[in-house]
Formats: sequence, C-alpha cells, structure tokens
Amino acid sequence: MNYRMLARLNGEILIMEAIFMIPAMMISAWESNWNAAASFGYSILIILVVSGILLLLSKGARRRGFYAREGMVSVGLIWIVMSALGCLPFVISGEIPHYIDAFFETVSGFTTTGASIVPNVEALSKGILYWRSFTHWVGGMGVLVFLLAIVPTSGNDRGFTLHLLRAESPGPSVGKIVPRMKQTAMILYILYLVLTVLDIFFLVIGGMPLFDSVCHAFGTAGTGGFGVKADSIAGYSPYLQNVTTVFMILFGVNFSCYYLLIMKHFKEVLLDEELRLYLGVIFGSVILITLNLRGFYKTLEETVRHVFFQVASIITTTGYATTDFDLWPSFSKAILLGLMVIGACAGSTGGGLKCARFLLLVKGLRRNIRQVLHPQKVQVVRVNHRMVDEQILANTNAYLSAYVIIIILSTLVVSLDGFSFETNFSAVLCTFNNIGPGLAQVGPTCNFSAYGIVSKLVLSLGMLAGRLEIFPILAIFSRSTWKKL
Amino acid sequence: MKILIAGNGKVGSMVTRQLSNENCDLTLIDRNKQVLESCMEHYDVMGIQGNCASMDTLLDAGVKDADLLIAMTGQDEINLLCCLTAHFMNPKLHTIVRIRNPEYVNQIYSMRSDFAISMAVNPDRQAATEIYKLLRYPGFLKRDTFVRGNAEIVELRIKEHSQMAGLPLTKLNSLFKTQVLVCAVLRDGEAFIPAGHFMLEAGDRVFVTGASENLSKLLRNTGIIARRARRVLIAGASRISYYLAQNLLSGGVSVQILEKDPDRCRDMCVLLPDASIVKGDASDQQILNEEGIRNCDAFVTMTGEDETNIVMSIYGTHIGVPQVITKLGRAENVHMLDDLPIGSIVSPKELCSNTIVRYVRAMQNQEGAAVTIHMIADGQVEAIEFIVDESTLHCGEPLKEVPIKKDVLLASISRDGKTEIAGGDSRFYPGDSLVVVSAGRGAIRQLNDIFERQYS
Repeated sequence: MNYRMLARLNGEILIMEAIFMIPAMMISAWESNWNAAASFGYSILIILVVSGILLLLSKGARRRGFYAREGMVSVGLIWIVMSALGCLPFVISGEIPHYIDAFFETVSGFTTTGASIVPNVEALSKGILYWRSFTHWVGGMGVLVFLLAIVPTSGNDRGFTLHLLRAESPGPSVGKIVPRMKQTAMILYILYLVLTVLDIFFLVIGGMPLFDSVCHAFGTAGTGGFGVKADSIAGYSPYLQNVTTVFMILFGVNFSCYYLLIMKHFKEVLLDEELRLYLGVIFGSVILITLNLRGFYKTLEETVRHVFFQVASIITTTGYATTDFDLWPSFSKAILLGLMVIGACAGSTGGGLKCARFLLLVKGLRRNIRQVLHPQKVQVVRVNHRMVDEQILANTNAYLSAYVIIIILSTLVVSLDGFSFETNFSAVLCTFNNIGPGLAQVGPTCNFSAYGIVSKLVLSLGMLAGRLEIFPILAIFSRSTWKKL
Repeated sequence: MKILIAGNGKVGSMVTRQLSNENCDLTLIDRNKQVLESCMEHYDVMGIQGNCASMDTLLDAGVKDADLLIAMTGQDEINLLCCLTAHFMNPKLHTIVRIRNPEYVNQIYSMRSDFAISMAVNPDRQAATEIYKLLRYPGFLKRDTFVRGNAEIVELRIKEHSQMAGLPLTKLNSLFKTQVLVCAVLRDGEAFIPAGHFMLEAGDRVFVTGASENLSKLLRNTGIIARRARRVLIAGASRISYYLAQNLLSGGVSVQILEKDPDRCRDMCVLLPDASIVKGDASDQQILNEEGIRNCDAFVTMTGEDETNIVMSIYGTHIGVPQVITKLGRAENVHMLDDLPIGSIVSPKELCSNTIVRYVRAMQNQEGAAVTIHMIADGQVEAIEFIVDESTLHCGEPLKEVPIKKDVLLASISRDGKTEIAGGDSRFYPGDSLVVVSAGRGAIRQLNDIFERQYS
C-alpha cells in the first residue's frame, strides 16, 4: 500500500475543499451573518491544518507503486475524510448541532443523494444552504476527476490517473474519451459546467431568484436534490418545474454522448442502446403512471407535469419533488421504486444500478435462458453491435450480488429503529441509490431526522457505497487490502 | 500531436513507453484486450480493441485527425494493409511501418509511395547494422554517430585494473594524449553527467565523445583491443543473423552460423552460399568447442531466447573470445546484467523505438528542432544534435560564461566538417552543429532549452 501517495492525495483534495468553502463564506459575510461566516472560517482553518499534516507526512511520495488497489482505497478514504471535514460548518455554526446529523447531511450532499435530516430547510442561513447545494455539484462529477482536470500532468504518469477515474466514475466499463487523462477530465467538467450554467440561465429567465437558481441548478446538475424550500420545487411556477425536469433528464445521460454530439457523431448517439433504454423507461413509466393517476389531479396537463417531474427526478436519482408522491396509488409507487433501482446512465452524475448495467443484466439473463434451451448454441451478448466481454458480464453480476446483499443487510440494521417496512426499505433504497426522499415516513414531505445514530451511520455508508459503486468502500473494510502480501 | 500505434507487442509497447513521455496523444490498437489493459494501466493512453487494418477500428481510433500511424503488428501484410487503409481515410497521415520479412524489404523501398509509407523500419536489419558497426570498430560497447558521422558518442566499460579506474576526469586527456570528453557515466544502474573532478571506477560504463581519431587514440593508449574481427561465429539463424552475415560476408569476414533447426539451416544455406552453416545446438559447449569458438575473433549470440544468449555469451567471454555481442529481445532491465561478462548488448526493439521517437520529434518541431536524438545509458540519457541558428541565445560567448542547466552538457561543436570538444573557451556561432547530452527530467526540445533562464 502506497501510504504516502494516499496521504498526499487526501491533502490535495482537502486544500480544494477549503477553496470550495470560500464562496460560501463570502455569501455568509455578504448577508452579514457573521456566525455562519466565522464557522466557515474556522472550518477552512481546521481543514488546512489537517491537509498540512497530511502533506507533511506525504513527503517523498512516489507515483510508482500506485495500482488499482491504491486507486480504490484512496477514493473511498478521500470521500469519507472529505465528508467528515465538510460537515464542520454545519456543526460550528450550530445550524445542525449534532455531528452525526451534519455528517449524514454532508455525505448526502457529496454523494448527490439529497436525503436530509433538517426539519425546516428555510431556517438555514444562505451560506450554509449554498454549501449544502455545492456539495452536490462537486460530488456529482467527482472531486478526484476535478483534481485530475486541474493538476498539471507529469510526463510519465504510469496509469496512476486511470485507477482514480475508474474508482470514482460510475459505470460498468469506464474508459477515457480522449487519449489524455487530463483532457478527458477537463472535457467532462467543461460539459458539466456549461450545462449547469444553461440550467441557471433558464431558471433565472423563468423568474426564480438568482440564489435559488444557483442552488437548484447545483442540485439538478449533481442529480442531488437539496433545495432551499421546504416544499422542494412545488412552490415554483410550472415553467420552472418543466425546466428542472428537462435538465434532470439531461444530467442523467452519459456525458460521453454529449462529447460525441459535439464531435458530430450523431448516429452513434441516436443508436446508443443505453440512451434508448433510458429514454424508453422514462416515457414508458410516464405513460403508465399517468394512466394510473386518472382523476388524481384536476387537469391532464397538471398530471403529466407532475408525473414527468417525479419520474425524471427518481430515475436520475435527483430526488426533487413537486408533489407528495407518497399519496399516489401503490402501482405508481411500485414503478417509482423500480426506477430507483434502475437509475440513470453510466457516466452521468446519477446513481442507481445504471441503465448500462441493467441492459447487460437483462441481455445476459436472456442469453442464459436461451442457453438452457439450446445448450450447444454459441451465443455472445452484444451491446451497440459489439460483443461484451465475459469479464464485464461477470463483474456486472457480481455488482448486482453485492448490491442486493448490502440492501438486505442495511434494511436489517435500519429496521431496529422500529419504523414500518415500507419506510425502512425505501429509506435504504433511496440512500443507497443516491435519490433522497423515499416513501411513507421518509417520503418527500418528511425527512430522516427520526432515525437513530446507528441507522444514520449505516445509511451514510450506504450512500457512499452507492455513489462510488460499492467496491471502493468495500475495499477499505476488506482485510486483504491492508495486508502486506 | 495525435499518434496511433497499431499492434502492441514488444516493439509497440517500447514505443508507447517512450512516446508517453513526449507531448503526444497516444491511441493503441490491438486485437488482444489484455495487452491493451496493461498498457492503459501503465501509461496515459487510450486503447481500442480490434483489427487495425479495418476501417471501423481505425475510425474508432480517430484516424481522421491523427498525425501519425505506427504499424507494429507482428505481420508485415497487416501492417501494410493498415497503412494503406489509414492513408486512404486520411491522406495527410504520416505512416511508419515495420517490415521484417527479408523478401519484402527491397520491394517496399521502391513501392514506398504506392504503399503510402513515410518510413519503413526493420528492427532486425537495424540490429544487424548496429552489430556490424560494433564488429568493424571493436573496443566500444556501442557507438552513436552525429553530424553526418563527424561526431560520435561511444560507450566503454572500465574493467578491473584498467588504467582508467580511479582516474579523475581532468587528467584523462593528458594521461592518454588525446582529446575526448566523458559526457555521461552509468554506475549501478543510475546515469549522471560528471563534473571535472569526478573519479572513474572499475565497472562504470562511460560515454565518451570526441573526433573519431581521438577516440581510437584513446582505445590504443588505454590498451583496449583494436584488432578487427576476421572470423565471426554466430549462434542462432534468425533474420538478424541473415542480415548480419550478409554484411560481414560482403566485407570479407568469414562467418559461421550455428543453428539447431535443420530446416532453417537449409534456408540459411540457400540464402547465404558463402557462409558455413552448422547444424547443432549452440548452447552445447561441446559443439561450440568443436566449431572452434576459441579461434574466432567475435562471438554473436542471437537465438530467440535471451537466457540462452546470456549463458552462451558468458561462456564465450570465459574462454577468452576477444569480442562478444549479445542480442536481447526483452531488454527492460539491462543494468541488472551490467556485472555479467556478456560483452555488448544489442536490443532490436530499443533501436527500433529510438528511430521512431526520433521521427516523431522531428515531426513535432520543425523550427530549432533536434536533428537527431539518441538514447544512451539504457535510455536514461539523451544525446541530441542541434543546429545553431539566429534565434539561439548566447551565440559567440565563451562557454564558461554561458549558463547551462544542471544535468545538461554541451558535448561537442562541429563546424565545416570539423568537430571540437566543447571546453570553457569554446564558442558557437549560427550554422554550427552541437551535440548536447541531457540526463535531466525536463525534456530538451529546442536548443534554447539547455540554457538556464535568466531573470534580469
């Protein structure tokens, strides 16, 4: 294990985190909330001290000896450390007094979950709200990817960066879109930034205040779901709701599709099976739920608007709400639960199992069923007319197993707190898949504050595991990671 | 610059390693997924799986906006087809193709434009030429020529009890009555550029530059041999053996080739009527003795297995063959072999990838560009040739007043076909050719990069 390199990466990320806090501090100072501003100041100081110690410890760190194992562990550790220190402003300012609550909130932010323990969001000060939403934005595309985009590349990086990208980016087979890692990371962040700015622009012309627009755009871009109002998006005009719907769907698309569009490879994007599945599932769900909701809302327009919004919000794992979908009939709620599991496209900012994996699982299953009927037939799984490597199929199956086991175990632990099964199961699903609101007592109008400390920790770990695709978090707790040979 | 590398075998991965240090976007194409994966884990490159001669794969790899294609698969035919296809898709593309089959070599040269080849490389022939040069000028482990042959850098190993061991560099020229400059030393696998008070030690590999006659004077006066080989024994009938034997025979040297496979013996016999081909396992010491290894002037081990070559070379040195040359196919850890008595080491893939890197650098910067670049000291040190032009700083200043970067040495200055070792009073003027040696980490791309930036 390359401990020094781990320490250095952690130190560098913390410096970035401190820099990210400066705008929040300035917002607090601008609205003369000196308590909040000071809490950011102290947090920045603490973070810088910790990062200084880490950087001192990392003297003489070498990139040699940095393999897949180190990539996994450093990503997992960095996310935990970043959340553990990122929650300091909430605690110091006293706006979220308990550390565990603040940790839960911050993890929920960085992992773009949007599950909150704050009873009344509108009581929080603006700087704190901004920081809460900003964690979504930076967590959506990944902090290490951001680091890769801005640090100068050394000539010989020996694959160091690929391990980091693979560990942090979602999807069954992560690759680069251009030969250079730095450029890949920059392209991703530039696309991300442009889309976010567009979102802000469309919200502002729709009459949303600038501060609300920025926070909501961060939440939409990272597919997070923290808002600034207690009723999420419900209080805004239909236009603003529709803009948010469209952008949620856009941020759930694999970002390399946008790159291909810019490179004028329209046909590839149009024929991309994952994208077709993603859009197909969205439209299919909208039609089914709309039919199921006949007579629930006054007009068809209202029904379709709410259904579209909720479907987009759940499948992209954003978690905004315009209406209390906990009141919908069971069939609609069941569809939403299914969407929670499927999730957005690989290579997007969304969570869940990912459409790409779902596609592989379905195709692999179909192949295996056929295999039973025609044992001698030679069959391969194809996606986008290309053969999928057996190793990737095996990995996807392993991922599904890990996914199911974690959900079962977390549900067991969380059930100790004595809520209904629907509450517990949906709480686990919607944190592990990074969505946010679940059903019943964790539904869109409620929050997670009622859960006990153990449950909050388990759910926090679940969020991290879900965002980082399980293995980096499992790697930290695996004994073979820390063994010397 | 965007470069596609098709085929990622031994040479392909060596080229990838070297080019990943340059400022290039590399995309690799290979049929084998494992090879691609391992390359992507080690270098900042992109991998495309597929047949490099098919349009779809090339399109995926971005041939349309690539600048250079390097076709390095194991099969000449695929390399040529790949090159033709890529050129058809992007007529502005430069192409480097590896051609190994001796039957094609001549026709490729005359059909270069038809096949759209910018440069054809033949690692085997290159290695043969390298070995031939070593045999022609014995005493050096390796030699690199610059400025159209007017300046050279040669490699020597300092043996135990040599007069050079324990000698400070400042006394070298006066003791041996010559004019040379030690520009790099490789000790314990680490290369550095020595200062004047540096003491040579036995076991060092030193890289010396100077005019040819001064270098031979150094050899004579230090007592390192100088007899040119007349009888050469080659173990293993590979393609390199064929090219080498051809060269040697035309130079009037008698050649004996040992090969255990009867079919290859016959093929070789057909191709080389003047050589004597003996069927037998060269790793068998009995046969080596019977074939008169004790009487030959040089022993070249060239079988396909590095291990066999090393063992045979140790035996050759042990029984006192004056010159031993070992071919290594996988020369990643050459310095590990430093202490073994195996004579000069020739690595075809390293030679080949050096040629390619040189081509890439020449493409990269046309202005103030390096004319040639040689990697010396196991690839740790670069020896680069530049031409001084009007934009060069510090023209006409005596060298002792010119601030040159640490780990960089101006080795020689050539003017009007004459080469002078750079000393404190030397000056350079526009039009001169300079040889610069750099062991630093920062790449030297233009001549002005060797100077320390002055903040005034």
